[in-house]
Amino acid sequence: MKYTLTSLWAYRYFIISSIKTEFRSKFARSKFGGLWMIFHPLAQVLIYALVLSAVLKAKLAGIDSQYAYAIYLMAGMVAWNLFIDIASRSLSVFIDNGNLIQKMSFPKLTLPLIIIGSSLTNFIFLFLAMIVVFGFLGHFTSIVILWIPILMLITVTLAIGIGLTLGILNVFIRDIGQIMTIIFQFWFWLTPIVYSKSMIPEEYQDLLLLNPMSGIIEGYHSILVYDKMPNLELLIYPSILAILTLGLSLFLYQKSNKEMADLL
Amino acid sequence: MSILEVRNVSKSFLDYSNEWKRILSWFGFNFKPKEEHVILKNINFSISAGESIGIVGQNGAGKSTLLKIITQTLKPSNGKIIVNGRISAILELGMGFHPDLTGRENVYHSSGLMGFTRPQIDAVIDEIEDFAEIGDYFDQPVRTYSSGMGMRVAFGVATAYRPDILIIDEALSVGDAYFQHKSFDRIKKFQDDGTTLLLVSHDKNAIQAICNRAILLEDGFIIKDGNPEEVMDFYNAIIAQKENSKVEQKSSEKGKVETISGTGEANIIDIKLLDNNNQEVEYISVGDSIKLKVIVHINSNISELVLGYMIKDRLGQSIFGTNTHYLKEPIKNLKKDNQIEYLFNFNANIGVGSYSMAVAIHSGESHIVDNYEWRDNALIFQIANPNKNEFIGTSWIAPTLEYKINS
Repeated sequence: MKYTLTSLWAYRYFIISSIKTEFRSKFARSKFGGLWMIFHPLAQVLIYALVLSAVLKAKLAGIDSQYAYAIYLMAGMVAWNLFIDIASRSLSVFIDNGNLIQKMSFPKLTLPLIIIGSSLTNFIFLFLAMIVVFGFLGHFTSIVILWIPILMLITVTLAIGIGLTLGILNVFIRDIGQIMTIIFQFWFWLTPIVYSKSMIPEEYQDLLLLNPMSGIIEGYHSILVYDKMPNLELLIYPSILAILTLGLSLFLYQKSNKEMADLL
Repeated sequence: MSILEVRNVSKSFLDYSNEWKRILSWFGFNFKPKEEHVILKNINFSISAGESIGIVGQNGAGKSTLLKIITQTLKPSNGKIIVNGRISAILELGMGFHPDLTGRENVYHSSGLMGFTRPQIDAVIDEIEDFAEIGDYFDQPVRTYSSGMGMRVAFGVATAYRPDILIIDEALSVGDAYFQHKSFDRIKKFQDDGTTLLLVSHDKNAIQAICNRAILLEDGFIIKDGNPEEVMDFYNAIIAQKENSKVEQKSSEKGKVETISGTGEANIIDIKLLDNNNQEVEYISVGDSIKLKVIVHINSNISELVLGYMIKDRLGQSIFGTNTHYLKEPIKNLKKDNQIEYLFNFNANIGVGSYSMAVAIHSGESHIVDNYEWRDNALIFQIANPNKNEFIGTSWIAPTLEYKINS
């Protein structure tokens, strides 16, 4: 383990330059460049807001802005994007880089770190853009915003734990990648992002909390929409699950290391 | 001190009837693989600093797997590799290059992939730029490069720092002839400075020109490890070998190892070099007219017989070779117990030194189709220069000289 960490440290330049390269090649030769990073999710929010606000607006209790639903949607979407970005990219990270892994000798764990780095960068820009948009809508957040990094930490840990565990299994059983893209879609709708927990029948509300993302997204909502401290009780279960899945993924990584390159 | 030690290395790919069994076996469940494809078996060798090793073997012999284990992209199933130094492998140039980055940016990026830090690359970036010789293109996106330009930059990065072990794959060709020479010079210089070379190739001349040792892999085993000439002869014999043919090597009294292989439908029963008086000779003067006499005995009816010979210098490099197919004199439809006496007349227009002669009998253009018998080092002879002006090289290309002084 110590060896793994020192070799990752030795590759810090590679990790940083890979993150830069990713952004540079994503926006090379496009006029708006990095702005697309913000346009895409905003368009997504706009679509949901247009389609669903008529149905759902009235029921969103607790804030009195006429843009309440848009704000609620944005907060949830930005957080969900961080999670799904890391999880879904980790799912195929080893397969996508199979050729590189077979031909070059370098610590493979740099690859998920690159994903975390670029997703976090993405998230931070998006988050700042969102705060600006909130300002235009007349919605301001107070000092509770300082809770956001803790929520980010739990989100990232859970995403990489789940993504990496499945990403390793995916090398050996490729169906996992296919199944997961479907599951991720259901997962989105099983998380209170476009609706709020209070909108669903009471007997199902506890069931919703079995989904670790529910508690996390609720946390983002508390801070960004209701300007309140997140309900810490709701974060215990996601945190434990995050640590467990991360542990499992590292265990699987150690065990699969010997055979992984054979099957890529 | 050995710079690379390969100890009892085996590699097998495991096949499970269900992949879940593989995954559960990591958790301590006792599932046995359905099949085990053994690629390398019990490989042992050790390389001292400064040696140059050629790794040869037919496709599927396990060369690439061995290289991948040495470069540590694959893990051995058993045994271990001890490396005392930095390995640089040129297996595929331009791995990890991004088309939208400039040459310079790609240098930084891909050398990061090799584990170099930014300051380390800052120190050599100008040198890499000079070496690549692609001018302003160095700051243009790589997608605008010709394939040769990409290779130049990639080779520059891979060899920016002298590694302790440099692994080169044969498939490697670095752009045009000029750059090939340039990169070869760099490899030679590394070699002089003490870098250990590991070259994978089918090219006999390359192996013999660069390496001082060769390792022959066959079906995952090392079947020969030694002097390149001897190993390459054995390898050629194996390629020619077919069902029911045999390969043997015996040491001649002059210390050269003679390799004989073939299917045996015909045999070479005598090989001699004769001078003008039909006396057998071993020392020959430059330019002398000599004869190669070969007697072949036919053991079973064959439709075609071609005899070829090859003169090789002391490093095993081919100097001249021909056969009766090229000379348009193949002999057709030979019967059992026919005996053929061949006589080749030629002038020994070759430089001073020791030479060997390989002789083969086969059908068709080369020994690959039907190889009746193949003898490497069948004959050893010396060329001396008692009566000509001194000259250098392996060929005697006598000039006449004229000059005038203009004032």
